[in-house]
Amino acid sequence: MPILQNNPQLNKNGELQHLLTIEGLKKSHIDHILDTASSFVGISDREVKKVPLMRGKSVFNLFFENSTRTRTTFEIASKRLSADVINLNIQASSTTKGESLLDTIDNLAAMHADMFVVRHSQSGAPYMIAQHLNRTRSDVHVVNAGDGRHAHPTQGLLDMYTIRHYKKDFTNLRVAIVGDILHSRVARSDIHALTTLGVPEVRAIGPHTLLPGGLEQMGVRTFTNMDEGLKDVDVIIMLRLQNERMSGALLPSAQEYFKSYGLTPERLALAKPDAIVMHPGPMNRGVEIDSAVADGAQAVILPQVTFGIAVRMAVMSILAGTHA
Amino acid sequence: MKLHIKNGRVIDPANGVDAAQDLFIVDGKIAAVGAAPQGFTADRSIDASGLVVAPGLVDLSARLREPGYEYKATLESELQAAMQGGVTTLVCPPDTDPVLDEPGLVEMLKHRARMLDQANVHPLGALTVGLKGKALTEMAELTEAGCIGFAQAEEPVLDTVVLLRAMQYAKTFGYTVWLRPQDAHIGRGGVAHSGPLASRLGLSGVPVMSETIALHTIFELMRATGARVHLCRISSAAGLELIRAAKKEGLDVSCDVGVHHLHMTDADIGFFDSNARLTPPLRAQRDRDAIRAAVLDGTVDAVCSDHTPVDDDEKLLPFGEASPGATGLELLLSLTLKWAEDQPDAAKALPLAISRITRDAARIAGLPAGTLGVGAAADVVLFDPNARWKVDGKTLASQGKHTPFLGYELAGQVKATIVRGRVAYQR
Repeated sequence: MPILQNNPQLNKNGELQHLLTIEGLKKSHIDHILDTASSFVGISDREVKKVPLMRGKSVFNLFFENSTRTRTTFEIASKRLSADVINLNIQASSTTKGESLLDTIDNLAAMHADMFVVRHSQSGAPYMIAQHLNRTRSDVHVVNAGDGRHAHPTQGLLDMYTIRHYKKDFTNLRVAIVGDILHSRVARSDIHALTTLGVPEVRAIGPHTLLPGGLEQMGVRTFTNMDEGLKDVDVIIMLRLQNERMSGALLPSAQEYFKSYGLTPERLALAKPDAIVMHPGPMNRGVEIDSAVADGAQAVILPQVTFGIAVRMAVMSILAGTHA
Repeated sequence: MKLHIKNGRVIDPANGVDAAQDLFIVDGKIAAVGAAPQGFTADRSIDASGLVVAPGLVDLSARLREPGYEYKATLESELQAAMQGGVTTLVCPPDTDPVLDEPGLVEMLKHRARMLDQANVHPLGALTVGLKGKALTEMAELTEAGCIGFAQAEEPVLDTVVLLRAMQYAKTFGYTVWLRPQDAHIGRGGVAHSGPLASRLGLSGVPVMSETIALHTIFELMRATGARVHLCRISSAAGLELIRAAKKEGLDVSCDVGVHHLHMTDADIGFFDSNARLTPPLRAQRDRDAIRAAVLDGTVDAVCSDHTPVDDDEKLLPFGEASPGATGLELLLSLTLKWAEDQPDAAKALPLAISRITRDAARIAGLPAGTLGVGAAADVVLFDPNARWKVDGKTLASQGKHTPFLGYELAGQVKATIVRGRVAYQR
């Protein structure tokens, strides 16, 4: 007996109020972000790398979980939009009371924050913040910078930007995502983005211990054999294998993982000759990816980082222009 | 005190009654149904026109949070909630702080409840000391203090030898062991049903096999010991299938389901709604459908509220960190009626629905409640099956304001609750 809840990331006109997940976005939302991003790509090459789109606005980076890379890219993106950036590292223990989390939000909102960029170890935490703001301060926006295993929408969007840049058309692609899908918010965001943009075949490759149930319902073909899964693909997205998963009940060892699922030049040769190799970083060379591939001609891992700035600028400027 | 309840529709499944009849109460007991006993003159009469007159509800799981968690709820608030929900008898699990593993604690709880003179409170004692799954409690002493059975609440017994011994010991004295089937390892730390939704939302899962593996173990131990077991809060279609087979085999087993699981599925988590964080988790639609069918065919013996008041600080957290549980005492009647309403033959299903929350629950608990038979304690609920009310935290008497049904309009409003012949609540 469901009561239909309003999607908290859209305003009543169906525009993006927050960016919490790619799931449920229309193709037109994604296209708009990618198009906007492409207008920002050139800015980074200019002598003055700034546009005044968010001048006078305050962006608060709220990182409840450590991440230097993602925080830095958001910080750079905010600064290039001429926004003021405040970085807050809040180590959230699981015993921290929710009241104090929302109290923190209320306090910062009272300091005239315009946007929160939130990273949290719990799936759904940015939803709680966005729903709270929708009730209390509907002029403040939330960008999910990664929540638990759930979503990392700006990473998903920058991956789409990269694929579009190199492949132009999504509707004739085979894309393989390789590795720890079970714990990966990047994989989930990529899957939703790829299926929304009309990619006909999305594959997930990994051992059964790292493949969550229900991938088929997300429109994904699963493979446990790396060689079969890579056959004739246009795009390979490698996932980072976290240290703590490398030995234990999920995997016996990093060496054995590399033997079965490491991306080597031989394996890469199974994909299409012009296939691109992506990785959200940071890479574990020799665990999920061979250095020869990571530094090879088909790798687009550094361009991903560059595009990431433009995509985050696009997301923030679009949200800042949306009114509840 | 002589009470005359007139013009109501009496539904008393224990005695096969469903008819427009009057009810006569004398000195806290049912004196007659139908014609007045000789020489009866009422001190007070209640007009029950348009109302159903039924035995007071018997709830097999209501956490009152005392002792130890008074910041979540108190006996005062929760027994008032019971009255507003028409619940006159309730069974409370032992997971208080300290755990109900000593007779003194049980006596204190019973005493507190008696002083308040509202619902009859029947504690379950802890099966093992501190619910730690190591040493058996003094079950005979606890029974003398008022425990009606022994349970592990949400703590599975890690050591199967201890569970075997506990069941042998309980069997020795004829005590019932109340267990919620859950594997000690599989699904530990999980917050949602393992399935496509949990995968999508990135929530750690509790697989159905957590329940079924535990059921297989329990049934083997029952075969070995002959102990009587009541299974609490079954959540899955596969679990119900195993229970159906066990009953057919002749094992002395009964089971209940939480009322939320009659209606909701994991899809009701929506956008990480922590009000839908329950233990066991809400499962898939086929599980929900199987539960609904099992209430009808009797595989499920009783429906309980699984009342678990949780305070705001513990719910206003990201889904995975929020405390599981929902308030339920005031929703049990309406949600059970809603199940009946959804059946193809709703008229026939109504008495059955009432049976599952009165007589059948009383039978499991071994209590002389859930009946309007002459001579029984006059625990009675009067409700309007058609009056609708909106679930709103402000109007709930329970200190627990969280339920996934917030905002729902439900049919079935309690108009009066009578405990031992006394009108304890009336609206």
